[in-house]
Amino acid sequence: MSTKENKDEYLAKARALVKKLESGEPGEADSILDEMINLRESSLFQEIGKLTRQLHETINGFQIDSRLHVLTNNEIPDAKERLNYVIAMTEQSANRTLSAVEKAIPISEELKNRSDDLNTKWDRFRHRQMTVEEFRSLSKEIDEFMSWTSGNAGQMHENLSEILMAQDFQDLTGQIIRKVISLVQEMESSLVELIRITGSRLKAESSENEDKIACDGPRIPGCESHKDRVNGQDEVDDLLSSLGF
Amino acid sequence: MKILIVDDFSTMRRIIKNLMRDLGFNNTSEADDGKTALPMLQNGDFDFLITDWNMPGMQGIDLLKAVRADEKLAKLPVLMVTAEAKREQIVEAAQAGVNGYVVKPFTAATLKEKIDKIFERIDSNK
Repeated sequence: MSTKENKDEYLAKARALVKKLESGEPGEADSILDEMINLRESSLFQEIGKLTRQLHETINGFQIDSRLHVLTNNEIPDAKERLNYVIAMTEQSANRTLSAVEKAIPISEELKNRSDDLNTKWDRFRHRQMTVEEFRSLSKEIDEFMSWTSGNAGQMHENLSEILMAQDFQDLTGQIIRKVISLVQEMESSLVELIRITGSRLKAESSENEDKIACDGPRIPGCESHKDRVNGQDEVDDLLSSLGF
Repeated sequence: MKILIVDDFSTMRRIIKNLMRDLGFNNTSEADDGKTALPMLQNGDFDFLITDWNMPGMQGIDLLKAVRADEKLAKLPVLMVTAEAKREQIVEAAQAGVNGYVVKPFTAATLKEKIDKIFERIDSNK
């Protein structure tokens, strides 16, 4: 009997009922009473409908609740592990790069010094300012310089390759961080949904986030959910050779 | 030898490209997912495909399946270089007809070894 329409209808019917009773028409009065009872029953059904919807929403709310449970119990600790791995990988990469640079710098310095020195001497030779004795020593130096250069060019290439390979972290950490971002987004929308359900009676229809993502990115040591991953290339090779590769 | 390198991370494409150059392969092209790679393969005369697995658009495994299903490309050697390390994924790639599987992070030596092996097998089948 809550809405204004209902109230007006009841009032109208009550007035008609009194009128009929006063004017001595009991049959008419009875039928008005029946109408009033119908009116009351229909609002009872409406209430039951509302209660049913509330129950349905609460059950949906429980589903989100259990997803939050999984998120907080497993995936957030997992995410911590993932981010720690990102720190470890970037640190390792920075150290690899720095070590390679530190090895390369003295070589390039020595290269500059020795070629500067030879340049000066070579200039003197071309201007015929050099004694035979000096030229003999210069030719020996040139000899040494050439074999030194060849050896160190190889070393230089090795250092550059090391720096190149040290950049592989970007791809892997990028994949890991993307995963954590999507986890945070899911967490956020689950919490918003929970607030919506507990705060008001708005419709809740969300639990399609539970689809398993086929690709899970790099294996992270210590990550609970990563126990079914191969540990490095050797295990890949073993698995493939067991398949007849 | 014309090689297509497919990976959504440009740093990884550059790393592989440089490693390939070190191994003596200078003719490389790049694509950032399967969707862009497939038409390149269909319209170009590539001899070798190196692909990542997890990419937006079209994933590497679907690219591999599309290559195997394409009459013209079916015999193209494919090396997968990916961080995906689930056993079932490696088995799936093998069943789809991959020629080699390198798991990231990898070393230059591993990449060379797998590529050598692929070409050895192709040569012995000729």
